[in-house]
Amino acid sequence: MFRLEKRPTPSKFWLYATPPVAVILTMIAGGILFAAMGKNPFEVIRTIFWDPIFGEFAFYLRGQLLVKAGPLILIAIGLALGFRAGIWNIGAEGQYIMGAIVGAGVGLAVFPTESRWIFPVMVVAGAFGGWAWAMIPAILKTRFNTNEILVSLMLVYVAETILAKASTGFLKNPEGMGFPGSRNFSSYPAAQNAELIAGSGLHWGGVAALVTGVLAYILLTRHQAGFQIKLAGQAPRAARFHGVNPARLVVMCMGISGALAGLAGLFEVTGPAGQISIDFNTGYGFTAIIVAFLGRLNPLGIVLAGFLMALTYVGGEMAATNLGLPDAAIQVFQGMLLFFLLAVDVLTNYRFRLAVGAH
Amino acid sequence: MDFGGINPVILIATLMASAVPILMAALGEAVVERAGVLNLGVEGMMIIGALGGFIVAVETGSPVLGFVGGAVAGALLSLIFALLTQVFLANQVATGLALTLFGLGVSSLGGQGYNGIKPPSTTQLLPDALADLPVVGPILFGHDWMVYFSILMTAVLWWVLKSTRIGLIIRAVGESHEAAHALGYKVNRIRLMCIAFGGAMAGMGGAYVSLARVPQWVDGITAGAGWIALAIVVFASWKPWRVLIGAYLFGGITVLQLNLQVAGSAIPVEYLSMAPYLITILVLVIMSAGRKANGAPAALGQNFHASR
Amino acid sequence: MKRRNLLASAAMGLLLASGASFAQGMDKVKACFVYVGPIGDGGWTYQHHQGALDVQKTFGDKVEIQYQESVPEGADAERVLTQMALGGCNIIFTTSFGYMDATNAVAAKFPDVKFEHATGFKRDSDNVSTYNARFYEGRAVQGHIAGKMTKSNKIGYIASFPIPEVIMGINSYYLHAKKANPAVELSVVWAFTWFDPAKEADAAKALIDQGVDVIAAHTDSTAPLAEAAKTEGVIGFGQASDMAAYADGPRVSSIIDNWGPYYVKRVGALLDGTYAQADAWEGIAGGEVLIGDITDKVPADVKAEAEALRDSIAAGTYHPFTGPINKQDGSPWLAEGATAPDGDLLGMNFYVEGIVGDIPQ
Repeated sequence: MFRLEKRPTPSKFWLYATPPVAVILTMIAGGILFAAMGKNPFEVIRTIFWDPIFGEFAFYLRGQLLVKAGPLILIAIGLALGFRAGIWNIGAEGQYIMGAIVGAGVGLAVFPTESRWIFPVMVVAGAFGGWAWAMIPAILKTRFNTNEILVSLMLVYVAETILAKASTGFLKNPEGMGFPGSRNFSSYPAAQNAELIAGSGLHWGGVAALVTGVLAYILLTRHQAGFQIKLAGQAPRAARFHGVNPARLVVMCMGISGALAGLAGLFEVTGPAGQISIDFNTGYGFTAIIVAFLGRLNPLGIVLAGFLMALTYVGGEMAATNLGLPDAAIQVFQGMLLFFLLAVDVLTNYRFRLAVGAH
Repeated sequence: MDFGGINPVILIATLMASAVPILMAALGEAVVERAGVLNLGVEGMMIIGALGGFIVAVETGSPVLGFVGGAVAGALLSLIFALLTQVFLANQVATGLALTLFGLGVSSLGGQGYNGIKPPSTTQLLPDALADLPVVGPILFGHDWMVYFSILMTAVLWWVLKSTRIGLIIRAVGESHEAAHALGYKVNRIRLMCIAFGGAMAGMGGAYVSLARVPQWVDGITAGAGWIALAIVVFASWKPWRVLIGAYLFGGITVLQLNLQVAGSAIPVEYLSMAPYLITILVLVIMSAGRKANGAPAALGQNFHASR
Repeated sequence: MKRRNLLASAAMGLLLASGASFAQGMDKVKACFVYVGPIGDGGWTYQHHQGALDVQKTFGDKVEIQYQESVPEGADAERVLTQMALGGCNIIFTTSFGYMDATNAVAAKFPDVKFEHATGFKRDSDNVSTYNARFYEGRAVQGHIAGKMTKSNKIGYIASFPIPEVIMGINSYYLHAKKANPAVELSVVWAFTWFDPAKEADAAKALIDQGVDVIAAHTDSTAPLAEAAKTEGVIGFGQASDMAAYADGPRVSSIIDNWGPYYVKRVGALLDGTYAQADAWEGIAGGEVLIGDITDKVPADVKAEAEALRDSIAAGTYHPFTGPINKQDGSPWLAEGATAPDGDLLGMNFYVEGIVGDIPQ
């Protein structure tokens, strides 16, 4: 039997080698799955991993990777700060929705005024919406010691109901013939989050995601608050001796992650999604949790993980459409990829040794 | 005995049945978390159980075997989680979420061909003579066997966790795996068994959806019940009887809000449909206010590697 | 603008490469479908997929079918549509209301690809058509059966979201139940979901517990029927698909979404070169709305009346919304003999007189 032995220091080699190894393992396991379903495994794998970046329509799909990765990265970075400090915000999905509603609401309230200040104000409002929604679990935790996992999760469902109400009620497009859904921001330039460079897929959300990645990296490596976050997660008691105020840390981490999720929602609703609708939210808030851990809670890792996740979505969609694979097969494939990424990661901190005898 | 057209006896009887999936899954997860493992894959295990149970019940014609099948399916899926987190020491939160994704996909693939079939029915356990008694009849005697089984499991788990050696070991592992290891317990093996148990319970809860609550198979049938179960565990401070209270509270308000709509309540519908979530939060706030610790197992979510 | 040109020219290039010409009909059509749910949902998406399969069956080698399941609305829909258009689809059916803006946005970039959007109203460019089915016609038949069959005079409706499509169905159901049985009362439960079997079952249970004995559902699963089966004397209807598995139990009839005829017609038109932009809203007459078998639980005379009602709607001699009809607040909507204009129906946001309760706004 093999047994695990902890490395004295994390392996630099495996730190970078594990993702490719995991991807290759996934390709093998996924290939077997696809072959069993009667598809050409090489074609499927190529469609998922190669075509979106280098294939015939890559000129369009590369931009789409950015569109898809942007909100994931933005939300995941915020969540990672909290996760590092041991603060479990599971309800980013709700904060994302509320950011979109508040931000869009501000924009729609002044329709059809044209002013260059409208969009920036909406951005602030979006961040505020997400922040305020995250403050509910934060304050309940600091004041009443209420578990933030439960509160943030339950508030997702409340936010979804508010979203339905916004789409069919207070934000409904007055010119929409009574149909649900708000005005489309593509017809309201002052409030629109348009592509910055045509065809690139880059909009303010993508910029915000990348900038936030860098800022978070600096915060964690160079700033006192970053040190406090890491300390609180690793050694809560030591953190207290170092003067870390746990309540303030909760409010800060929940606030940052809520505001970033709200921002993601605002950029999405004014840009790629275009409008508030009943089914506006598509699970970015939950997927971002996976992205945060795939990126090892490291801002730069999260950026890479966000793009990998986006690739499996975009490429998986291509495979489903062009090769007639059921959507569920793509989900299974994504699940496998995550499993392998998470499992192989062990090699960074441990090595396998042939066990001789017991212990 | 009616309040604004709503009969409380029927309401209680209904909520006891509609809470079963959440109760079962939450009980299982409570044990898993007591052992220090945070498995966010409850939804995935539930839906695999829903499918596994459905297939077994349809193929064998026996609903009881169906529930066994659901338990086995849920446990098998949970073993992937166990393998990753206990052997490969993968992050529990991410692995659990991936498990949900994987389970939803697998169930959808495996369920092709089972759409539109009616499973053998799970019927009332006790004779009508008892179930027809006023008041106590519907509440105490009018259910199928899973309702009783879920309550029995609550009692059994309460007893096991509180008063038995196994319970002590599970709690020790969850509170301090280092200490438990030092005492000679095989931490990862114990956790693995708890995870499989949690998977089986979630699977049975899922099977209750596809065999009794809804009786049919459709993609995505559990529709988020696993997430509610996770919240209920926290709500309950990891205590079995409180899990039951939480599941009944949540199920009860869900049923009540629908009943209030039918009865033509003056409260706007959208507030009614938020009510189960808001009231759960409110009750938790009241219960946890003024207490120092929230009772979470100290080693929750942390992996353990025996260095020697 | 640049992106638009870029995409359009890419599409152009493909077009030239394949040598296809649209004006004279086509030898082979690639028909693509965008679904909002999985094809295993047993309801809405399942029925659209059946329509797609009908197309394949009818034209065989002359068509190639592609589809994508569970496409979220918004940005994802726009990407899937663009991919499909780039990938050589000649006609793309987008089968959910939420794809409206995405469909129109992508259609503007690919003028040579035909887009067909279900249940919407926007046709911004001339390659966009819209289609819908007059489900309220089926609701009229259900309402009649409900009015005749109820013993408690309480009938129920499990509604999804407060949108015109659903409100239209509730009104039609109620009006015809009331006509058949003036003593009837309607209870509406808003589930705020299209699909959550357990919640749908709970909603049905709540209705039954309060004495309702006929249940119609506007949500997708068979859960309400299964719940109805548990109580003797309660009946219901299949929704979206026939749900024939419950025919020996509570299901006395059904509304079947039958998209096949429309899909076959449109793809056929593209093949033979007669394709033109359209705004189709067909009902029982066009075969898009089918009334599933009325079972023997329904007495013969009621069955005959229901079928006569169905046939008169199909023949165009009767419109389910024929005045006099007042709104819930008592203000007049339709005068004696007037029928509802389509615009009123498509934007319907009020209950008709006699329904108790408010529409969530």
